[in-house]
Amino acid sequence: MLDFIVRFFQRHSLGSKEVAKERLRLVLVHDRANVSPELLELLKNDLVQVISKYIEIDERGLEVTLDSSEEMVALVASIPVRRVKRAVKVASV
Amino acid sequence: MGEVIVITSGKGGVGKTTATANIGAGLALRGYKVALVDADIGLRNLDVVLGLENRIVYDLVDVAHGHCRLKQALIKDKRFEGLHLLPAAQTKDKTAVKPEQMKEICLQLKEEFDYVIIDCPAGIEQGFKNAIAGAEKAIVVTTPEVSAVRDADRVIGLLEAAELKEPKLVINRLRPKMVRQGDMMTIEDIIEILAVDLLGVIPEDEQIIVTTNRGDTVVQDQRSRSGEAFRNIARRILGEPVPLMDLERDGNLFTRLRKIIGLR
Ligand SMILES: Nc1ncnc2c1ncn2[C@@H]1O[C@H](COP(=O)(O)OP(=O)(O)O)[C@@H](O)[C@H]1O
Ligand SMILES: [Mg+2]
Repeated sequence: MLDFIVRFFQRHSLGSKEVAKERLRLVLVHDRANVSPELLELLKNDLVQVISKYIEIDERGLEVTLDSSEEMVALVASIPVRRVKRAVKVASV
Repeated sequence: MGEVIVITSGKGGVGKTTATANIGAGLALRGYKVALVDADIGLRNLDVVLGLENRIVYDLVDVAHGHCRLKQALIKDKRFEGLHLLPAAQTKDKTAVKPEQMKEICLQLKEEFDYVIIDCPAGIEQGFKNAIAGAEKAIVVTTPEVSAVRDADRVIGLLEAAELKEPKLVINRLRPKMVRQGDMMTIEDIIEILAVDLLGVIPEDEQIIVTTNRGDTVVQDQRSRSGEAFRNIARRILGEPVPLMDLERDGNLFTRLRKIIGLR
């Protein structure tokens, strides 16, 4: 029985489909990001809105990019802060 | 007024032509009038897959250029009442037809037929643009492989950009045994990645090669698994809520997926 369980898990950890899935996931992040700079633009606009509720930022200096290494893709935002609003206790919605 | 459906994939060799022939025949078997259009100009295939290669007189390019009337170019399939083929030209290239001409031909066809199904060439260039020009709905075919799913994703993006919203997915050549062993992506994996609705799953089946060798379709073969899968797809296109068939026979792996399709 134990032998069966060990083999069962071994087989699954060795299964090539997990590798395929992970490679596909990464390649599609790259593909889709390349295809749609508009998407980043929309995201940028939304970010500005949300962040501005708490912090005064320099909108023109805002940079949002997808940074990719082989292993992963990260959303990187560089947001110049002008002023932090004082004493925000409850976020107004 | 009929409906124009394009069958596309991005990657070649995943089963577009096979799917076009079998879905078309499947709809004809249910009593509908169907026109199949081979939009793969220069690499025509749908005629041989259907065993109609010896009956071609005129083709799509002749129709587009006004060398003949549409009726004259349509080949009637004698085995299936209601099934017709508009063959591609073999000696021209993809620029021989313009998107506007394709649109016009599709408009004419859907006046007479319940379903107009377009077999799209591989790629995303001119031939693809022609093939989708007159379509109202799209079916994307993929196999459970990284390259095919990647191309399907690209094509889905292009279809949506062309206002062909909510394309439906057909997963072809699935091997249940490999899925069970963890060596092939599952139906769920692929749907999750592509985020589209599933229209059907065709198992890998030697019978497809056998029937194609003879110029027959596999939907006629009552015993084959792939034939059943294609018949199910035809019924889903007609709006019937057909559950996913049990590719495993002993089941359980696919029971959860029944819900996805059963609720359609
Ligand atoms: N489910 C399947 N099982 C076995 N062979 C298949 C299956 N689907 C397609 N094939 C074979 O794969 C090859 C490519 O199919 P085809 O329909 O011509 O692809 P495409 O039109 O996308 O290029 C053909 O030889 C066909 O017989
Ligand atoms: Mg083909």
